[in-house]
Amino acid sequence: MAVVAGLPGAPESGGTVAVPPAPGVAGPWRNSLTQLTRNRAAVGAAAVFLLIVLACLAAPLYAHHIAHTDAFRSNISGTTVIDGKTVPVLRPSSTGLQLGVTPVGPTWDPGHYFLGADNQGRDVMARLLYAGRNSLFIGLTSAVLCCLVATVVGVVAGYAGGVVDAVLSRILDVVWAFPVYLLAICLSVVLLTSGVHIGPVGVDAGSIWVPIFIIAVIYVPYVARPVRGKVIALRHRDFIQAAIGIGATDRRIMRREILPNVTPTVIVFIPLMTALNMLTESALSFLSVGVQPPDASWGTIINDGLGLLYTRPAVALVPGLLIAMTAVALNIFGDGVRDALDPGARLRGGA
Amino acid sequence: MLAFAVRRFVSAFLVLFAISVLVFLIFFATPGVDPAARIAGRNADPATLAQVRHAFGFDRPLPVRYVLMMKHLFVTRDLESFVNRGAKVIPQITHAMPATLSLVLGAAVIWVVLGVVMGSAAAALRGTAVDPLIMMLGVVGASLPVYWVGEAVNLVTQSRLHDGVFSWVPPLGYVGLTDNPGQWALHLLFPWLTLALLYAGIYARLLRSEVIASLNEDYVTTARAKGISERRILIKHALRCSLIPFVSLFGLDFGALVGGSALLTEVVFGLPGVGKLTYDALQNVDLPVIMGTVLYAAFFVVLTNALVDVLYARLDPRVRHA
Repeated sequence: MAVVAGLPGAPESGGTVAVPPAPGVAGPWRNSLTQLTRNRAAVGAAAVFLLIVLACLAAPLYAHHIAHTDAFRSNISGTTVIDGKTVPVLRPSSTGLQLGVTPVGPTWDPGHYFLGADNQGRDVMARLLYAGRNSLFIGLTSAVLCCLVATVVGVVAGYAGGVVDAVLSRILDVVWAFPVYLLAICLSVVLLTSGVHIGPVGVDAGSIWVPIFIIAVIYVPYVARPVRGKVIALRHRDFIQAAIGIGATDRRIMRREILPNVTPTVIVFIPLMTALNMLTESALSFLSVGVQPPDASWGTIINDGLGLLYTRPAVALVPGLLIAMTAVALNIFGDGVRDALDPGARLRGGA
Repeated sequence: MLAFAVRRFVSAFLVLFAISVLVFLIFFATPGVDPAARIAGRNADPATLAQVRHAFGFDRPLPVRYVLMMKHLFVTRDLESFVNRGAKVIPQITHAMPATLSLVLGAAVIWVVLGVVMGSAAAALRGTAVDPLIMMLGVVGASLPVYWVGEAVNLVTQSRLHDGVFSWVPPLGYVGLTDNPGQWALHLLFPWLTLALLYAGIYARLLRSEVIASLNEDYVTTARAKGISERRILIKHALRCSLIPFVSLFGLDFGALVGGSALLTEVVFGLPGVGKLTYDALQNVDLPVIMGTVLYAAFFVVLTNALVDVLYARLDPRVRHA
């Protein structure tokens, strides 16, 4: 562990000191991994999650080689084959007062609209797989981004104390007190009308990086507050005092002594935040301030399916089912990771 | 106690101020497009733009603009929508509040009752099959998209089984409490249950672990030694202390509910509340309405949180000295 580096007798070779673990003694990371692989629920959940990821990565294969369709081009006057008969993909309908179209329903034939078509005649199954790539990418990227920023903020605030801590903590308090969806709606509606360009870095209005950044920012206090609490507790421990005593710089102490001790806490948050961020993304997309067309995510498909709910429920129900499955898998896996790495972590309610 | 309450509300007002500044900066000071064009909506004509510039003082310094915005929102309350010309925003919000409050409070009552019952049941029956079932319900509840559950509920009660079991379910919409209390409850029943389903599991889970922890405390052993029945110990002794973290989590979730899940639930169930208003405004990019609903909802959430914290301090004197 990093503690050893500052003790007399350990080799002092300037910057990095690697202490090889004694043979036969597993390190804490190895121990946690073993514990995680023995947790059957967590392993099962991880398998389900990986399966969903793989299926979504295979979206182009499915679209081109199995369904022979373009998931992003509307196919209003197209036809398909069901039970050997050629039928139009969209049939005009006049149920009740609404004049509209009824797309083909689920055929359970992967070659011909497995889950049916949406109101523009596009293959729902192919769209779901493509949309899953966006949903998962946004969930994972924003979770990692959020945890990175939160770690920096939490470590600096907790270690520096004083004015720096006061300022950072107040900012976190305000973001924390602001209901997340409302904050996200504010940011989205502004960024989606114009995009943002600060110096050389620019994000266009329709880019999926807009929801990624927004979701990462709004959840920073969720992770930063527990990290800060942990750092404050560490600050008074002997090994930190020893490091200060031998004249290590603040940067070195934060990086080599504190960071390794808060990393488990942060890692515990990643699967759980991925699930939470994915749900947030889907809600924002459902409200039309998340992923923008022509891109799709599971949330936008649920929104597309709203008008077809009573005639073709599969369009709205299946993406929700996928979101729920992914989130349950990530939450169960996350609970397993927490039990293995940091059993005492209080994840809801913060510090 | 009074000093704590005063302190807590002063800090709540500071947070309110910070939130209003944050919203102001997001809407009026983000780099990029002219904020007047944003407020006026898509394809606004020059006359409207000039009107917006004048109303929000775009030729004046930032602090003046902030004060002007706050004046329009909270003092004169004459903020106008530019998409629906002339529609005043604040009356729309106050008009929409009863529906939102009915939804949120009703759901909260159901999920708290369910959470307490299920949580204490799970603690009392720990080691049996009920236990993992409630754990699972907590995970699933935290993982389901609420608007999707609402749609599935609608599909079953409004369409698929509407001619059979659910023929008594009224069409989507809202009836005021003062107009017809029976219809009010009937229209809100499924929205309430949808929201409560998502939260009850989490609360049951939290309460279960708290009750189990307090059943190992010394005072419970003492109570047992005095010969008090297990039921009385559970309800009078263990449950009481376990409710403290329950209240604190409730404060957080109630806020999240008003500013999030309730918004989505209103959209799905066609309830004309603040959330539906926000959703409609988002579809038309009607910024004044969004600004109004966001700030009013955020203020409500912050004040509720302060209230819950004061209640929390009333339950647990240790908090007052923190």
